[in-house]
Amino acid sequence: MIEVKNLVKSYGDKHAVAGISFKANDGEILGFLGPNGAGKSTTMNILTGYLSSTSGEAYINGHDILEDPIAAKKEIGYLPEFPPLYLDMTVREYLYFVYELRGCKLPRNTHLKEICELVKIDNVFDRRINNLSKGYKQRVGLAQALVGNPNVLILDEPTVGLDPKQIIEIRTLIKKLGKNHTVILSSHILSEVQAVCDRIIVINQGKIVADDTADNLSRQLTADHKLIARIDGPKDEVIKLVQTIPGVVSIVADLQREKGVWEYNIEAVEGTDIRRELNRRLMSRNWYILGLRSSELSLEDIFLKLTMGESVTEFLADKASDLEENYEEAEK
Amino acid sequence: MTAILKREVRAYFDSLIGYIFLTAFFAASGVLFSVTSLQFGSTDMSGMYASLFYILLVLIPILTMRTLSEEKRQKTDQLLLTAPISLSALVIGKFLAAMIIYGLGVLMTLVYAIVISFFGAVSWLTVIGNVVGLLLLGAAYVAVGMFVSSLTENQVIAAIGGFAAMLVLYLIGTIAQIVPINWIANILAGLSFSARYNPFTYGVFDFSNVLFFISATVVFLFLTVRVLERRRWS
Repeated sequence: MIEVKNLVKSYGDKHAVAGISFKANDGEILGFLGPNGAGKSTTMNILTGYLSSTSGEAYINGHDILEDPIAAKKEIGYLPEFPPLYLDMTVREYLYFVYELRGCKLPRNTHLKEICELVKIDNVFDRRINNLSKGYKQRVGLAQALVGNPNVLILDEPTVGLDPKQIIEIRTLIKKLGKNHTVILSSHILSEVQAVCDRIIVINQGKIVADDTADNLSRQLTADHKLIARIDGPKDEVIKLVQTIPGVVSIVADLQREKGVWEYNIEAVEGTDIRRELNRRLMSRNWYILGLRSSELSLEDIFLKLTMGESVTEFLADKASDLEENYEEAEK
Repeated sequence: MTAILKREVRAYFDSLIGYIFLTAFFAASGVLFSVTSLQFGSTDMSGMYASLFYILLVLIPILTMRTLSEEKRQKTDQLLLTAPISLSALVIGKFLAAMIIYGLGVLMTLVYAIVISFFGAVSWLTVIGNVVGLLLLGAAYVAVGMFVSSLTENQVIAAIGGFAAMLVLYLIGTIAQIVPINWIANILAGLSFSARYNPFTYGVFDFSNVLFFISATVVFLFLTVRVLERRRWS
């Protein structure tokens, strides 16, 4: 379990971390999401005792990282942003070193063998780390964090540099580990935290801007009144027809997806459902809806919305009106 | 601590620095031994031990330059500083590893003494006093070199900085002679590494000199720990 209270880290008068508080329970996978420089790595460095906080407290399984660092550090496996590898060692030598460094009591050979099989580096066990690919180096870094079977895993961007197949493998592995460990992982890739984490903390400029489950976050910000429809029919007439539906605010033709089939962004007054009416009117003209979905905000949008605040709504509105203008010009 | 010690000793020989240091040390001591003892057919080795003082000024920085600077550059300090060990254990582990390599060099001078003992009577107490003196001097220098290495990420700067720091500690006695204010001159003269080391080569085993080098070692190791500690707060 990790408990963080009002953590602050200042460099001069700049706050890299400006008062972060959260709690991560056993068996929970917590995702830190934020742009580069948001304070994710700094927070992780404080949790692992690499940096000291300017103020605030951090407890790892009840041990204060400042007051009782050795007991706290025993509980943590840490994969920093750059895996801390000794390039002149073989994987075997390196893991033996980490095993001794952490004062691990588990039977060495079987324990390390298990880890290597788990992260799939057993085939490079006797190769020099310097000669390994980026993906393998990253996995050796992950293996290092698992030595001694610590309760808490702190992984800073664990899938950077891996190919898509390896990313899926590592995500599956993290999910598996999450069942009996407390895992904190950071990422600036939304789909990643969405795929792996139970709970997401969005950080921007050293502050928490959201702390909720992935599903809740996206539910909070869905937009039922915005539709994306693929309609088979003559474009101009479709637009004219849809505009006559009561409640419709705007309709913009986006792209021609198939011959004669356009995708339209339709926006209605908030709280109105125009789907049935849309269907009925198009049917009466013998035009077909080939696809219809509400433009639910993806985590990307949520993220933008949360981190950029109100300005993003204006930004998107501007963009929409630009599109419309372009469209009108093209028509002329 | 033993994990760090073992890894460091390995690293000295993986990175060739250990071989370079020992080769240079053996070559320098061998030349000095033949020039000051063999050529004169003398069993008195104090000339070699006295001259080694200057050789160490150059060689010890090579031994210590990468100890802490390289960890920071390669970001492996994140592994060491987040491992459940204390900073002093980390620094002492690295110090002892450097001392083992250095000790291998110093042991070689004992071999010269054994060789020479076949041809004449060797004053073993003097030789042992000299070896102890050389080890103590080396320990203080290694601590200074590690301290300088902890201040930078660059090995070359660590080596040159270490050399400069040791040069100052060596010259401090000479500087003392030109300082007009008496009490400052006295303090500086008391800190002179060469004035503290030379009695060993005369065959004088003064316990205050032993204590001086041990204190210097402890002070610089302590400062190294403080530098690492401070880095977390900056």
